[in-house]
Amino acid sequence: MADLQLKKVVKRFGAAEVIHGIDLEIADGEFVVFVGPSGCGKSTLLRMIAGLEEISDGEILIDGEVMNNVSAAKRGLSMVFQSYALYPHMSVRKNLAFGLETMKVPKAQINELVSNAAEILQINELLDRKPGQLSGGQRQRVAIGRAIVREPRIFLFDEPLSNLDAELRMQMRVEINRLHRRLGATMIFVTHDQVEAMTLADRMVVLRKGVVEQVGSPLDLYNHPANMFVAGFIGSPRMNFLKGRVGEVDGRQATLELDVGRKVQTTFAEPPRPGQPITLGVRPEDLIAAAPDEALLSGEAQITEQLGGETYVYISLSDGSMITVEIKGQAGVKAGERLDLAIADGKFHVFGEDEAVIHHG
Amino acid sequence: MPARQGRLVRFWRRNGAGYMFLLPWLIGFFGLTLGPALASLYLSFTNYDLLRPPQWTGLDNIKYALFNDVKLRHSLSVTFQYVIFGVPMRLAVALGLAMILDRSVRGVGFYRAAFYLPSLLGASVAISVMWRQLFGAEGLINTLLFLATGWQGPSWISHPDYALWTLIALNVWQFGSPMIIFLAGLRQIPEDLYEAASMDGASGWRQFRKITLPLLAPVIFFNLVLQTIEAFKAFTQAYIISGGQGWPADSTLFYSLYLYIEAFANFRMGYASLLAWILLLIIGAFTALAFWTSKYWVYYEDESR
Ligand SMILES: Nc1ncnc2c1ncn2[C@@H]1O[C@H](COP(=O)(O)OP(=O)(O)OP(=O)(O)O)[C@@H](O)[C@H]1O
Ligand SMILES: [Mg+2]
Repeated sequence: MADLQLKKVVKRFGAAEVIHGIDLEIADGEFVVFVGPSGCGKSTLLRMIAGLEEISDGEILIDGEVMNNVSAAKRGLSMVFQSYALYPHMSVRKNLAFGLETMKVPKAQINELVSNAAEILQINELLDRKPGQLSGGQRQRVAIGRAIVREPRIFLFDEPLSNLDAELRMQMRVEINRLHRRLGATMIFVTHDQVEAMTLADRMVVLRKGVVEQVGSPLDLYNHPANMFVAGFIGSPRMNFLKGRVGEVDGRQATLELDVGRKVQTTFAEPPRPGQPITLGVRPEDLIAAAPDEALLSGEAQITEQLGGETYVYISLSDGSMITVEIKGQAGVKAGERLDLAIADGKFHVFGEDEAVIHHG
Repeated sequence: MPARQGRLVRFWRRNGAGYMFLLPWLIGFFGLTLGPALASLYLSFTNYDLLRPPQWTGLDNIKYALFNDVKLRHSLSVTFQYVIFGVPMRLAVALGLAMILDRSVRGVGFYRAAFYLPSLLGASVAISVMWRQLFGAEGLINTLLFLATGWQGPSWISHPDYALWTLIALNVWQFGSPMIIFLAGLRQIPEDLYEAASMDGASGWRQFRKITLPLLAPVIFFNLVLQTIEAFKAFTQAYIISGGQGWPADSTLFYSLYLYIEAFANFRMGYASLLAWILLLIIGAFTALAFWTSKYWVYYEDESR
């Protein structure tokens, strides 16, 4: 168990810089999730923490101690790989014991630690099998078991669930959550699945192209995205973005004129500049049906997706752009039907030209 | 019998073309491999000097080989030394270099070719001649030794205590083909296993012992069997370097060289045939031993044990 600090961490592969000076602090016992689209540098950052990639610039500190020149073997962390990376020639028991044997832990103690871990992960009956004789979910458990027997200072997970089917993913997610509470250990988890991220994280770190876009609790990021990227990345279906500009401004009161649709009134923290281009972001669940004369937007339903508990309707606006509306329950909207929509309770975000947020609703 | 003939005709119609394609190989196999092998099995029980027809002598050849032939025993001991030292050393060098090449990225192609070259040349007469020069009294090795230490070395090639070792050195120097096979084997081991092992705190040496060796075992086994067979059959180098006689003082009298001398210098074709069969049995026994022990140290990925 330990805390972790990244100071201006940079990673270059040859001439290509893929991590551009990341600062981050992770407290002892925290569950932090790195999310971001493919290729944004999540794995690279995690592997730098693990000691599997060299740190090109900046510093990584564990418990205040600089780790840059400490080898992976000596950092006392453990990692669960996306590929599981189980030793194929060793039994499950040997896989779990390998790290302990390396540390020259006495035999009796190894047996105890291994059966403890096997107990927690319910892999008792599998101990004498080889990894090749296990299902994907069982391998996953063994991989996690191998990480926990060593009682590492920090757990690192690199998309450990991405090879599992939906049901198992959910199950393992719950188990990892439980494991975190039980062990109280610091955990860093990489995923590009935002449901995984939202459900597991104490804090999420959203990465894009090697830069941290925002750090915060899942709901914080959901409710107060710092920019259009985070707003669009978190939440499913995606937030709708509508282009427009600032109309009349009266003190902190301003009118927003959307390219498609009517005007919206709102109060800014700081008065915006009249005529300034903006993007208005509204989540699909915050769009509600309205009377035609009160509607902000109207369009024609194109596709309806019934999920049982909710319904997604894809609507084309007059300029051809598409927006998504989420309706609770099973709404019988037909293709071609006209819908008039308003925003519930002024729940929208406004982003400036640089995509940074200028107003939260 | 027309019915039977009909079947034959039909068989020929259906498969004849295929057998025609096989014909060159079939002729080769029966005419040049199986035929001579069976003939030599028969000759093993005869006296045959090429001039007179073979004379059946029953078990005389075998008795002589087992109880009286001192030279046979000596040549076996030379060959065993060659195999027991030469093969593991060659494999160790091959594996070591393969691991170095596997890690480095730049110029691998060049080094791979450069290291492989000796294997292409190794069994040739020219290289054996060169080896003689290298390890002779005035050879390059001694010149270098003299320059480095001021000590005048013996003629390694003509000293009974060292001659065999120059041949073993020549054998080790031809590590190219097992190296290429090791390299291919190393490439098969997923990188993330090493990463997992280093997260588990394992040092390079422990990773080598616990990951590389076991996962490479099938390849090591393959190389071991192949190289052992090859070493048992070693002939050209010994023939050239020892002047065709196993010089000095029979210290390089390899089994195959002894066999050759018996056959083509002493014209005891019958006895030489027996020697060939004995070599076959020895190689067979070694291979069988390797296969039998392999289940204790070779792990195959697709195996559920
Ligand atoms: N060994 C390498 N050499 C050169 N470039 C690399 C190397 N490893 C990663 N990269 C580059 O670094 C960037 C970040 O890669 P990384 O694997 O960290 O992405 P990721 O966020 O984990 O993506 P994913 O979600 O697909 O796993 C990518 O642009 C990738 O091409
Ligand atoms: Mg990745």
